Amino acid sequence: MTASTLPDLECDGLTKRFGASVAVDDVSFSVPAGSFFSILGPSGCGKTTIMRMIAGFLEPTGGDIRIKGRSVLDVPPNKRPVNMVFQHLALFPMMNIADNIGYGLRRKGLGKPEIARKVDEVLDRIGLPGIGARKVDELSGGQKQRVAIARCMVLEPDVLLLDEPLGALDLKLREHMKVELKALQAAFDTTFVYITHDQSEALVMSDRIAVMNAGRFEQMGTARDLYYRPQTAFVAGFVGDANRWQGRVVRAEGEALEIKTDGGLILRGVSPGRSLAIGDRAEVFVRPEAIRLAENAAQLAHFDTQISGHVATILFNGAASRVIVADASGAEIEVTLPQSGEFAHLSRGMPVHVGWSGEQGNCFAAMGR
Amino acid sequence: MLCRDGTVTRMRAGQKLGLILLLTPLLLWLSLLIIIPHIDLFLLSLRERVGVRQYETGLGNYTTILTEPLYMVTFARTAMMSILATALTLLIAFPVSYYIAKMVRGRARSVLFLMCLIPFWVSELVRTFGWMILLRESGVISGLLQWAGLAAGPVELLYNDASIMVGLVYTSMLFMVVPLVTTLDSLDDAVIEAGYDLGGSGPSILREIVIPHAMPGIVSGSIVVFMLSLGNYLTPTMLGGKDSLWFTQMIYSQFIVRFNWELGAAFGFMLLILSSLIVWAVLRLTGQTLEKTMG
Repeated sequence: MTASTLPDLECDGLTKRFGASVAVDDVSFSVPAGSFFSILGPSGCGKTTIMRMIAGFLEPTGGDIRIKGRSVLDVPPNKRPVNMVFQHLALFPMMNIADNIGYGLRRKGLGKPEIARKVDEVLDRIGLPGIGARKVDELSGGQKQRVAIARCMVLEPDVLLLDEPLGALDLKLREHMKVELKALQAAFDTTFVYITHDQSEALVMSDRIAVMNAGRFEQMGTARDLYYRPQTAFVAGFVGDANRWQGRVVRAEGEALEIKTDGGLILRGVSPGRSLAIGDRAEVFVRPEAIRLAENAAQLAHFDTQISGHVATILFNGAASRVIVADASGAEIEVTLPQSGEFAHLSRGMPVHVGWSGEQGNCFAAMGR
Repeated sequence: MLCRDGTVTRMRAGQKLGLILLLTPLLLWLSLLIIIPHIDLFLLSLRERVGVRQYETGLGNYTTILTEPLYMVTFARTAMMSILATALTLLIAFPVSYYIAKMVRGRARSVLFLMCLIPFWVSELVRTFGWMILLRESGVISGLLQWAGLAAGPVELLYNDASIMVGLVYTSMLFMVVPLVTTLDSLDDAVIEAGYDLGGSGPSILREIVIPHAMPGIVSGSIVVFMLSLGNYLTPTMLGGKDSLWFTQMIYSQFIVRFNWELGAAFGFMLLILSSLIVWAVLRLTGQTLEKTMG
């Protein structure tokens, strides 16, 4: 393997135990140079533990971490070619912006004029020229964010770790920073490893995403893979919204299945790559936007799953508006409300029909029961 | 409208009364115990005794102090020893506070903090006697040294400057640890980690991040410890020897032994000026303000 194709970061069988509990359980992944990799998972799933092990603040119980092919297990955090943007940024409040950014350079023993030049350069790159003399608390949330990234990038690390840095920002700014972070990553051309519990951050910014749950990676792939082809029930439920039913397989033709839910609905679904036999307990996930809404059943004739019911609730939220449709038995189905105007008159209690094609129903073997 | 204005006025009057009531103890304390005695002391210090029951107003008492070498030497010695005691207390208390604030968590932390506090449940007199029991000729340490064969006869460790220093540092510990723990506690762990992450080593993080952050605590702790040492009477008297004169002892002897209240009052004022000057100088040197360190 030549140096250029060597991944920037490789974790191999990474494991961390705290006493009897396993925080990270045999996780392996590699991040190619210059890409944006996200670890997505609910809080407490072990993603922060992975990040702290890569940064060097925690020692793994087992496994190896390699940066550009070289194991860094014996390298202390202040010598690793990895820098981290902390959750609350951890800018040094006792220094001004230029000293904050120059801190790492001073530790490397660079001369004063060179530090000043590099600091100015990086301030230009993050679009905040001339703020070097300001104090940390004079900056806005978004500016602090960029300074925290600049403080790391000025050291030209092989890998930049970001620990939910957008968590403290308000919604509008967070949306803006998502785009900006992606642009900064492209501008610096550095490998970013980003951890978050917010699926939209991960989906928008990442080249590849790993979904993590209870110390393990459930699935690794592009945003599209995770969204359209979830491989586990956890991923199907965690990434994006989904209607979720439990039931029993009543018919199986290859990958196509027919499932009778506990509430009595008959649903079609598919289970690519997973074997489910007649009589097995199964879970079916259908995304609200994959379901068609219609006022008469004839419009849905081409769908193999059709349900009739009435409007139980309308959840208006602009472009993301939803309708909750209740069928005769009372089971509720969440459906995205098209904003093309044809359902503008929809109101509570009106009879409606919903339908979707079998490929949209992702089936998984039900856990436990 | 009229009615509402009336209510507002009444509310304002009520607030005013509340403020006066809240301030009363403070004002009483300040005026009765601080301001009035000091005015009286100041006037007293300006009285020169020219004969029996004959007094003149002048700076004679102050010129006596400035021209008498013993007074000035004691004055300077007290100041130097207090500064040294403050520095030693800071040196010992800083690692202790850092350990309590940053290294231990939960129960162990409150236990450690309590252990710093426990000695102060005993009166200062008893604590100082404790040191005497340890350090005297027939004391525990002397006995241990003889038993171990390190000393041929009884060793006297009391009655010198070192024993005063030990006593002063011990007495002042808590007053340094409390403000330091408070300020160090407010330093986010992530900031220290960020320092390491960006290539900092232990000493450089201490110098560039921890100490600048803890500066208000260091200064306020140092001011309190310095004042306490400067004005301490018990420790120098009990642990110090004949050569270890402390300025407070001289004030005491002028007032009580020599019955020379005029000179004693002048001594008192000299001490007040000295401590104010040194505190002001320290604040200027460290770039701190009184509001920042006490707030």
